[in-house]
Amino acid sequence: MGQLSGPTDPTADAHWEHNHPRKGFFTDTSICIGCKACEVACKEWNHNPQDGNLELLGSSYDNTGSLGASTWRHVAFIEQGQERIVEARESGRALVSLGMPRIGPPAAATPVTDLADADTTPPDTADFRWLMSSDVCKHCTHAGCLDVCPTGALFRTEFGTVVVQDDVCNGCGTCVAGCPFGVIERRSNGTVKVASSREEQHAKHPAVPNEGIAQKCTLCYDRLVDDQTPACAKACPTTSIKFGDHDDMVDTARERVATLHAQGMTEARLYGANENDGVGGTGSVFLLLDEPEVYGLPPDPRVPTADLPKMYRRAGMAVAGMAAAAALAFLGGRA
Amino acid sequence: MTLSEFDSFRPSEHARRRREGGKRGTGRRRDNGDGSREMPMVPEPEFTSYYGRPVVKPAPWGDDVAICLFLGGVAGGSALLGLGGQLTGRPILRRNARLGALTAVSAGAVALVKDLGRPERFLHMLRTFKVTSPMSVGSWILSAFSAGTAVTAVAEIDRMTGSRLPLGPLRKVMYAVEGTAGVEAAVFAGPLAAYTAVLLGDTATPTWNAAHEELPFVFVSSACLASAGLAMVTTPTHETGPARKLAVLGVLGDVAAMKVMERRMDPVAAEPLHQGKAGTMLKWSERLALAGGLGTLLAGRNRMVAAVSGLALLGASALTRFGVFEAGLASARDPRYTIEPQKNRLAARRAAGVTGDAITTAS
Repeated sequence: MGQLSGPTDPTADAHWEHNHPRKGFFTDTSICIGCKACEVACKEWNHNPQDGNLELLGSSYDNTGSLGASTWRHVAFIEQGQERIVEARESGRALVSLGMPRIGPPAAATPVTDLADADTTPPDTADFRWLMSSDVCKHCTHAGCLDVCPTGALFRTEFGTVVVQDDVCNGCGTCVAGCPFGVIERRSNGTVKVASSREEQHAKHPAVPNEGIAQKCTLCYDRLVDDQTPACAKACPTTSIKFGDHDDMVDTARERVATLHAQGMTEARLYGANENDGVGGTGSVFLLLDEPEVYGLPPDPRVPTADLPKMYRRAGMAVAGMAAAAALAFLGGRA
Repeated sequence: MTLSEFDSFRPSEHARRRREGGKRGTGRRRDNGDGSREMPMVPEPEFTSYYGRPVVKPAPWGDDVAICLFLGGVAGGSALLGLGGQLTGRPILRRNARLGALTAVSAGAVALVKDLGRPERFLHMLRTFKVTSPMSVGSWILSAFSAGTAVTAVAEIDRMTGSRLPLGPLRKVMYAVEGTAGVEAAVFAGPLAAYTAVLLGDTATPTWNAAHEELPFVFVSSACLASAGLAMVTTPTHETGPARKLAVLGVLGDVAAMKVMERRMDPVAAEPLHQGKAGTMLKWSERLALAGGLGTLLAGRNRMVAAVSGLALLGASALTRFGVFEAGLASARDPRYTIEPQKNRLAARRAAGVTGDAITTAS
């Protein structure tokens, strides 16, 4: 058992004896165009079945809904008016003035030499904006799902990511409740292909792989062991999804947020880059343009296992109390 | 205020028409009537979420798991009563408590297995021991408890049937270890009743997690009163004196722990305990517990009153478990219970000058 909270190297914590660097994503939502290529590439590569009944959800262009057992990338769409943009800019500015501890001086925006005289400022519309963000498993330093898994089906890979072993998981569902981000889910049903005709609709659906067990993003473990980029990052046309060594990703994220701040976009902020947060930092770092809850992310997640020693102590006290009550019942006043 | 520098060149727009079918009287006009400004169409929400969708996912557990929480408590308490009966020479109490413990723990285990996504893989629970996983620890507690309980209960059945069980040479061994097995089961009785509280507390489900400090006390108290209730139903009153005392202690502990828990929890995360189905169940649980406790205290020596009080106590315990279980699932389904407490605690930490531990950073 390694550390339950605080900054640590999860791979070393899991007793891997090698020096693979920790891998991770940096999802820069400021350049996401909401094309959902990542969702499609993920489904294709991982053979994930269809999720739900192809409903229109009435939430902008998002008909995927949320991350789940068969949806390992989810592109969120948020439409915002002027008021909300001003608020986001203010809340971002408030973060800056909090004087967060930073590593080194703020990185200056690096000028692009060959486009030196071109105006690369992103068009800043003051009255309306569309936020698009590709959400994914956070591959936490202290993963709630991994900690509470009773079978050992969830494990920490040599790349510092968290993966489910399909043949071990017995679908107890503890991990689903253990994830502070609502990522992992038990696959209940789904279809692998869409019925194209009426007859086919009534015919038996093809078998769903891994039904009844917990499923989530593996950071394309099967591709990583072959030195390949995960499918979503490979497919992303705008490099909004970046993949690489976790430390490089965090550095890239810090540079990017400094650049945006320098351009006056104080609404830009990082999510998951702080190793002192409730989950010890995440493997997937995000650059957001508003408060995390706007994107459906928890504002202050804390891995429940961080409090487990205290819970065991309290349970121990309760057990002692129960034994004392029973002893008192049998011995007390036996006149 | 203009939105862009070209706004002054725009022709004035027509006033926005009211939505058809909308409520006529409430459509307050917030614009100047010239339609030049966007009307806020939705009232400002108290908190922001992503289209009202949940942030955390509720555990995919059905009522089976709530039943399991209840039966685990009944089994644990019964094993303690069984050991008490064994040590103080109360043969009927001992027999009934042991049989009750085995029935409850077996039914609980079946309910637990039934709720797995892959029930045929239930033995995978025992392929490892993980102290960070309350489910793993619980599975081992359940196994250890079942071993001792099974020996004692089979010994009782053998005695009741006049040694007709086809045990062969094992009969001697069984009677030799019967007393030890009773003690062993009782050692794991408390943990069996309490681990479920840690199982619920160690989740990101807002109401369960917020209750993690007091929930073990609620659950063991509930286990005491439920198992004592069962003994009062099954056993004649001249042997249930200790069970009645345990019932009263359990009721006191249950009501007190529940009150302390509700007061010390985050007020927002505590709301689901008072609302909807969960709220109703917990209200009735308290009433039944008090009624059963009073009945036990005032007229517990009357066989009829004892049996009715026992049933009330069993009902109270079941409702406590179902209520807490449902409240947690409800809290996970509504993003408010995830977002508001987290925002509040983050703001409180920032107000106290702690700024280095937020997941959202400016650099």
